[in-house]
Amino acid sequence: MTRPLTPANKTLGRLNWTWQDGLLILAVVGLIVAIIRTAAQFREPFHVNLIISTNIAALPSYTAQTLIRMVVAYLASLIFTLIYAYSAYRFRTMALILIPLLDILQSIPVLSFLPGVTLALIAMFPGQRIGVELSSILLIFTGMTWNMTFSFYQSLMSIPHELMEAAQVYRLNLWQRFWTLEFPSGVIGLVWNSVMSVAGGWFFLMVIESFTLGNQDFRLPGLGSYLAAAANKGDQKAIWAGLVTLIAVIVMIDFFIWRPLIAWAERFKVEMVESQNIPQSWLLDVLRRSPTIQAISQRVFGPLKTALDDGVIRMFPLRSLPVTPEKNLDFPKLINWIFVCGFTVIVLWGTWEAALLLKFLSWTDWLHVVKSAAITALRVITALFLSLLWTVPVGVSIGRNPRLAQILQPLVQIAASVPATALFPVLLLGLTHIAGGLQIGAIALMMLGTMWYILFNVIAGAQSIPSDLMEAAWVYKLSLIDRWRILILPAIFPYLITGIITAVGGAWNASIVSEYVTFQGKVMSTPGLGATISQATAQSNFSLLLAATVVMSLLVVTTNRLVWRPLYKLAQDKYRLLI
Amino acid sequence: MTVKIATPDLITLRGVSKFYQQPNGQQIVILDNVHLELRPGEIVALLGPSGSGKSTLMRIVAGLISPSVGEVVYHNRPLVGLNPGVAIVFQSFALYPWLTVLENVELGLKAKGESPDNRRNKALKMIDIIGLDGFENAYPKELSGGMRQRVGFARALAVEPELLCMDEPFSALDVLTAENLRFELLDLWLERRIPTESILIVTHGIEEAVILADRIIVLGRNPGRIRAELPVTLPHYRDRKHPSFQALVDQVYTIITNPDLETIQTPAPISQKAPVLEVKSQALPAVRIGSIAGLLELLEDRSQKDLYRLAQELQLEVDDILPIVEGAKLMDLVELAEGDISLKTVALEFINGDIDQRKQIIRTQLLKHIRLVQQIHLLLAAKSNQRIPEELVLDILETHFSPGEAQRQLKTVIDWGRYAEIYGYDEPSGQIFLEQPPLEKE
Repeated sequence: MTRPLTPANKTLGRLNWTWQDGLLILAVVGLIVAIIRTAAQFREPFHVNLIISTNIAALPSYTAQTLIRMVVAYLASLIFTLIYAYSAYRFRTMALILIPLLDILQSIPVLSFLPGVTLALIAMFPGQRIGVELSSILLIFTGMTWNMTFSFYQSLMSIPHELMEAAQVYRLNLWQRFWTLEFPSGVIGLVWNSVMSVAGGWFFLMVIESFTLGNQDFRLPGLGSYLAAAANKGDQKAIWAGLVTLIAVIVMIDFFIWRPLIAWAERFKVEMVESQNIPQSWLLDVLRRSPTIQAISQRVFGPLKTALDDGVIRMFPLRSLPVTPEKNLDFPKLINWIFVCGFTVIVLWGTWEAALLLKFLSWTDWLHVVKSAAITALRVITALFLSLLWTVPVGVSIGRNPRLAQILQPLVQIAASVPATALFPVLLLGLTHIAGGLQIGAIALMMLGTMWYILFNVIAGAQSIPSDLMEAAWVYKLSLIDRWRILILPAIFPYLITGIITAVGGAWNASIVSEYVTFQGKVMSTPGLGATISQATAQSNFSLLLAATVVMSLLVVTTNRLVWRPLYKLAQDKYRLLI
Repeated sequence: MTVKIATPDLITLRGVSKFYQQPNGQQIVILDNVHLELRPGEIVALLGPSGSGKSTLMRIVAGLISPSVGEVVYHNRPLVGLNPGVAIVFQSFALYPWLTVLENVELGLKAKGESPDNRRNKALKMIDIIGLDGFENAYPKELSGGMRQRVGFARALAVEPELLCMDEPFSALDVLTAENLRFELLDLWLERRIPTESILIVTHGIEEAVILADRIIVLGRNPGRIRAELPVTLPHYRDRKHPSFQALVDQVYTIITNPDLETIQTPAPISQKAPVLEVKSQALPAVRIGSIAGLLELLEDRSQKDLYRLAQELQLEVDDILPIVEGAKLMDLVELAEGDISLKTVALEFINGDIDQRKQIIRTQLLKHIRLVQQIHLLLAAKSNQRIPEELVLDILETHFSPGEAQRQLKTVIDWGRYAEIYGYDEPSGQIFLEQPPLEKE
């Protein structure tokens, strides 16, 4: 029943309907209705201290609103990514500023932006919910976009030289070059990073949907606020309903969006050899074979694309004879200049404002910030150490045992896909009864959010150990300790480092939500940099917020530079398996 | 009869040089004072060892790279930017993996602004001519290497270029596929089934050049320059066994294997003030001592000393065998004369020695003849801890070589020195350290 997917294969002539086609149309209609309904609600006036229902009947509408926030933020990140990375790639002067800027931006904890962004947007739309909505979207956007941008920029910069030359020789214009060369080269990286970004988005969304600023409560109806409200009330039934819904939504997104996208992106691999493990998606196969989809793509999108392409080509016709050199204004150079000037102004203004804010801080404030930074650093290291302690042996045994991997990997994936922030309220219910409370709890919360990165990477690393190296270890009768010391640890080292870098970055971010919690009407906190940031946010102490944020960003940037990058380089140089 | 034609040339290069400025201020010359004209109706081969700038020269003709000095004239006008009459066939094919064969072939036509029907017809016609029928909707990764290069040809020819440039188009293919494709290209050309007026092929295969070209331009390196220009007057579908074919191949071989031989046939009135090169840097070929040893062993029991025959017998291209020969020559193990290679007495001692004696001989030869080894040895001896960082050697190298080439030189010199146990290398710290001479070990 398989038909090759080719334009020459005339599917238009025999348009027979299948049940999949019906489902498809229904799905599209349903989606449109959902979007319109939810978007309509966004225009309501903003109720301060909006009551979040814990009634299960409210769940579908809450979930839809959460999803829409996510989609809008994701689309914004995607557009931002394309523009930002492309400009950095095309204009070298811009790259000199844009890329380091990106490096810094991504190390700023997202939640530090929260009060500023929210207040600014609420001021812009007084008394309206749209302000808070926009600020939540903007914050999720900040959490999503950096790694996507980095990935797309990397892909652009590593386009094979001869493919570029071919584009030049066959004189593709900028538009054509983007769609035939540059965008396709980046698709795989974009898709994988989108998966990661959206997962990160869930993490923040849970917090952003219900937070307090000063004595004001900014809540948005959504899954996150539902879970928070349920935990506040101690309503077990509502908590479980919320968690099940959340997991179901995440699993469905994976099945209906990410799997098909990942399988589809396979065609954009630059390697010319067919790999063995090609990602498959049942849904993608259905879509590709559906006559309706093929008809639409041929009748509507095909001509549209052709018309657009031809229009652009006709607008900028090619010369067939060599031109005599003429003096025209160097356009890119001009843009570069404007860009550099604009950037300088922004930087100067930012520094000035920052200096004005920081002036209010006393020595004791700074001392407090540094002390709490040390405490949080200790916590981050402990969380990392504890995570390593269990993830490395477990990850290796899963990775080296295909049968175990088959059973456990999907479970691990589901467990990891649940945003840790969603579990916080639930965990806190238990933690309040233990002595030490948040002291230990904060570490547990950090681990919950970050250990998965390490586990996944260890599994991947263990799976990549060639079996002949393992066999050699058996043949030469290496002891258990030697086997780990000589083979397993060096082999998984590059993966381990990748996992640790991601995990530590996440742990710093998580400290903001895990060291200071408002729960069942009271504030629980434990000293630390994250708590300082949260406290400053709650008390609208913007000077302290800025100082603590700057310290945290600096810590993340410097450890990245001084510790992780050299280790990563070592991993790449020395411990890469050459196969 | 016609006096109107100013020059019959399709494209002319006058005094073209290309150099890059190193970050340390050194200039690396890729091409030096090249004169070249391409006329309608001929196939020209650019032949030379790697590093002779032949690909750069082709890219200057195509307008992908602009020369640092000199001018490129196309249709009697100076060429600025891309040459509009050129298509390129790439060594790595450079097909877009996510486009089908048809879409790849249509690419250039689309950019030219041809109507959809028109370009479909032209592309299909070219696919038909090039023998890709039935594969229109296949993706490149589904095709074999030979078929992929056919797509490369179809894509280039579909835009009806005046000048077809080919950058080692057959070198990524196996021997039989390459031979087949070469003759199919020749068929198209000789039967005038393609509108192309001239073909420029970059190659390092001497036989390939002699089989295809009407004119062979031999390039030398250090710096890249034209060393000889040889017209090939043999009628097409040339017979590899024919004496005049063999004689020509021998001639080219002699030129290429004797880099010190000066320009053989002066093509154009080249300006007489040839740049005086200060102390020519000694470039080490990237070969292992093991390969050199293999060559010596092979030469020992052979009466036939002709280098070309040897390469043919071993099925090696010039680019494969030449560096090995060059390495042996640098170490003063062999002698070259008129394309013949013979062993020196040290080499015979080397062959008959055991592994320690061999190392000792290489050690002596390296310290005697390889300047870089001498330098490193001296530097190491001068240091109290007998270790030097690799950057020191790289600095020395980068006065003559590009950073990439300097890295390669370093790698080779480390490899040779390690073999001869003159010095060792600690990869993680990037340090070179003095080995205890093998004699003192006892």
